[in-house]
Amino acid sequence: MPMTRSILFLNRHAPHGSIHAQEALDAVLMASAFEQHIELLFVDDGVFQLLAGQQPQAVGLKNFAAAFRALEMYEVEDLYADREALLQRGIDAQDLLLPVTLLDRPQCAQRLAAADVVLSF
Amino acid sequence: MPVLHTVNKSPYGNQALSSCLRLALPGSHILLLEDGVYAALAGHGAERPLCDYLAHSRVHVLDPDLEARGLSGRNLLAGIARVDYPGFVELCVASSKVVAWF
Amino acid sequence: MKFAIQVNSGPYQHQASDSAYQFARAVLDAGHEIVRVFFYHDGVNVATRLATPPQDERNLSELWGRLATESGVELVVCVAAAQRRGIVDGREQHRHGKDSDNIANGFVIAGLGQLIDMALSADRLVVFGD
Repeated sequence: MPMTRSILFLNRHAPHGSIHAQEALDAVLMASAFEQHIELLFVDDGVFQLLAGQQPQAVGLKNFAAAFRALEMYEVEDLYADREALLQRGIDAQDLLLPVTLLDRPQCAQRLAAADVVLSF
Repeated sequence: MPVLHTVNKSPYGNQALSSCLRLALPGSHILLLEDGVYAALAGHGAERPLCDYLAHSRVHVLDPDLEARGLSGRNLLAGIARVDYPGFVELCVASSKVVAWF
Repeated sequence: MKFAIQVNSGPYQHQASDSAYQFARAVLDAGHEIVRVFFYHDGVNVATRLATPPQDERNLSELWGRLATESGVELVVCVAAAQRRGIVDGREQHRHGKDSDNIANGFVIAGLGQLIDMALSADRLVVFGD
């Protein structure tokens, strides 16, 4: 690949109720090996993936969200969340399991428009 | 080149279209397909945001999915263009990238 | 132009894997190239050899398999997603001590790297999901 491209992972679904979140994170971790620019954008119910204190073992599911903390090690640092989506859902920045950049709607739209390729989950 | 957004869910049961409309920039295109084609119908309660989008952007609807759902003879929102699968491919070619909403 | 197609939905449950198939056909008919079709999430279930839908319904596994045979398009099933859902080729059968394989003709099992690779190398990535 001649030049760096930007891949944006669009996360719109809550964790655990469906496989979207977990298998999206698997794809992010794989993508980190390709030395491209990776961004994660959490909108709609996707912001619930970032909530601290998840205990999916309580329903026999895997605590895959722990892997979010490994992202920094893999140099995946551009994590963005829709501020309005958090607000609508009664979530504060301090409720999140790792620091993310909160964006307003126009900024979310800009990130989406700027990416070379978008993988929707 | 414009971004092409694809939306495959009905606007009544799912947030995909409303989320897309909030994050799609002016000058982009939306293709409604599968159950998303219900949003193309004129005179439905949820049409305002889509009409607002149509003022500055383009909306297409996948004709075979309209036909599948018995909607071919119904009026669509003004400005929405019907495309077939070859047209879907052409929309992709003419876009900078494709973003899927489901 | 080079297309990459991602199929995230299982057969029959949602229309996405049908739409993806029709789109793939239209891409090829228009003279474009498909770098790869990558099946993820329940989309891996399209790759079962054992589906027996009613005679008056389409057999999605066979339709996709025929597309691969006719056009040489690579149909890749994500290994991790396939392991979770029980889509098995000969290699996976032996690796995990299963009593059979069930992957349909035309499909191969490979890693998630193939998804990222196609997303980066194609001109257009189109995702079909639910």
